[in-house]
Amino acid sequence: MFDKLIKIFKDFTLSELLLGMSVTAKELVNTKITVQFPEERTPISPRFRGIHALRRYPNGEERCIACKLCEAVCPANAITIESEMRDDGTRRTTQYDIDLFKCIYCGFCEEACPVDAIVETQIFDYAFESREGSVLTKERLLEIGDENKKLIDKTKLEDSKYR
Amino acid sequence: MMSLWQSFVELIHELIPWLDGGIATVIIILIKGIALVLPLIIMMAYMTYAERKVIGYMQLRIGPNRVGPIGLLQPFADVIKMMFKEIIFPTKANIYLFLLAPILAFVPAVAIWVVIPLGEGFYITNLDVSLLYVLAIGSVGVYGIIIAGWASNSKYPLLGALRSTALLVSYEIVIGFVIVTVVMVAGSVNLNEIVEGQKGGAWNWYFIPLFPMMIVFWISALTETNRAPFDVVEGESEIVGGTHVEYSGMCFALFFMAEYINMIMMAALAVLLFFGGWHSPFEGLPYLESLFEFVPDLVWLLVKMSFFLFLYLWIRATFPRFRYDQIMRLCWKVFLPLTIIWIFVVALMTQLAIGPWF
Repeated sequence: MFDKLIKIFKDFTLSELLLGMSVTAKELVNTKITVQFPEERTPISPRFRGIHALRRYPNGEERCIACKLCEAVCPANAITIESEMRDDGTRRTTQYDIDLFKCIYCGFCEEACPVDAIVETQIFDYAFESREGSVLTKERLLEIGDENKKLIDKTKLEDSKYR
Repeated sequence: MMSLWQSFVELIHELIPWLDGGIATVIIILIKGIALVLPLIIMMAYMTYAERKVIGYMQLRIGPNRVGPIGLLQPFADVIKMMFKEIIFPTKANIYLFLLAPILAFVPAVAIWVVIPLGEGFYITNLDVSLLYVLAIGSVGVYGIIIAGWASNSKYPLLGALRSTALLVSYEIVIGFVIVTVVMVAGSVNLNEIVEGQKGGAWNWYFIPLFPMMIVFWISALTETNRAPFDVVEGESEIVGGTHVEYSGMCFALFFMAEYINMIMMAALAVLLFFGGWHSPFEGLPYLESLFEFVPDLVWLLVKMSFFLFLYLWIRATFPRFRYDQIMRLCWKVFLPLTIIWIFVVALMTQLAIGPWF
C-alpha cells in the first residue's frame, strides 16, 4: 500500500523523468569525444595489421627469396607466387599477388617470412576503384614498401623487442 | 513594430499609386504571407540543424560540422538535396491523393500562424476566436497523414496512419480540455487577450495556477506533433517510417516542414497560454524592469519559445519510445481524468475568487 503511494507520488511529480533529463543535460556540456577522422587519428599499435608491403634491403635489393612459406601458411589462400632463377643465379619471384578480397589480415605471412620481406603496415584507409584493383601485384607491393619505408621501419623497430 | 508596418503599408500605396486600393491590398496580403512563411521556413530549417546538434552534444558527439562554419549551412545543403531528388510514385498508388496529402499536412501548419500574435499588436489577423481557430485548423493536419497513409498503397504507411489518427484524435481532447482551463482563467478565447491577462511579471503568468495543466499540455503537444517519445506514427524501428515511407524529395520535405512548423507552433502556443507571451518576466520589479526595457516584445517571445523548442530536443534525446497502448492509457486513464478534475477545481476557484491569482 505504502509502496503504491510512493509510486503514484513518483509518477505524478515526474521525478524519474527529470532524473533522466538531468543526465542528458549533464552530457550536453561534457567534453565531446569525437575524433575528426581525416584530420585527427586515434593512436594505432605498431603491431596493427593493415595493407601489405614488400620490403627491400638498404642497397635496394628486394628481400623476397620466393621461399613460398607465406603462400603455404596463408589460411585464406590469398597469396599466389611464381618464381624462377634470375640472371645472377638467385631465386626470385616473377609473380607475387595478394588478393585483398581473400586476405583476412591475420599476419601469418609476416610471421612466416624468414627474411622479413612481406609485412603488414599501419595503413588501413585504402580503396580501389575496380574489382581488379583488389589484387596487389608484386610491383604495387614493392611500391607501397618504398613509399612507406620510414613508417614500416619505425613500427617494426618498435615491435621488435617483443618478438 | 506596428507603426513600422503602418508606414510600410503607406509606402506601398505611395509607390504604386496607379493601382486602385483593391490590388494594393492584394499585394499587401501577399507580402504579409511571404513575411510569415519565409521566417517560418528558415526557423524550421535551423530547427533541424539545432536538433542534430543538440542531440549530438547530448550523445557526446559534435553533430554536423562540415558544411560552413560549425555546420551552419547544413540546412541549405539539405534543402538543395531535397529539391533535386526525384519524387517516386508507388505502383497503383492514387497519384492525386498521394500529392494532395503533403499539401494537406503543410498548409494547416502554416495557416495556424495567421492568428498567433508575436508581440504587442504584431499579428496578421486578430480573430476573436483565435484559440478555437488554432484547434480547428490543427485537427485538419491529421487528414494529411491519413490520406498519405492510404494513398501510398503500402502496409506500413497505412499502419502509421491508423496509429496517428487514433493518437491525434485522443490527445486533441486532452489539449482541448487544457485550453478550456486557460480560457476559464483568462475569460477569453482571443490569444491577444489571454496574453494581456498575464501582464505584470512572471508571477502573473498562468503556469503558476495551472501548473499541472501546463505539464499535461506539453506532453500532449509532444504527441500532437508526433515527436519522441510519442513518435509511434513514424516509429522507425517498428514500421520503418510510418506515413512517409513512400514519399521522397519535396513531397517528403513538405511533411517534414509541417512537423517542424507544428513544433514551433506548439512552442509558441505554450508560451502564449502559460508563459506570458511577449511580456518580460521582470515587469513590475523596480530595478530589473528598467534594465531590460530595451528588449523588444518579439525577442522575449522568441527566447521563451526557444526554451520550449530546446525542451523538444532534450526530451527526444532522453526518453525511449512509448509503446502504443501505453500512450493511449496515458491519455484516457491519466490525462483525461486529471484535466476534467482540474477544470472543476479551476471553475470553483475562479467563481469563488479563491487564491491570489483568480
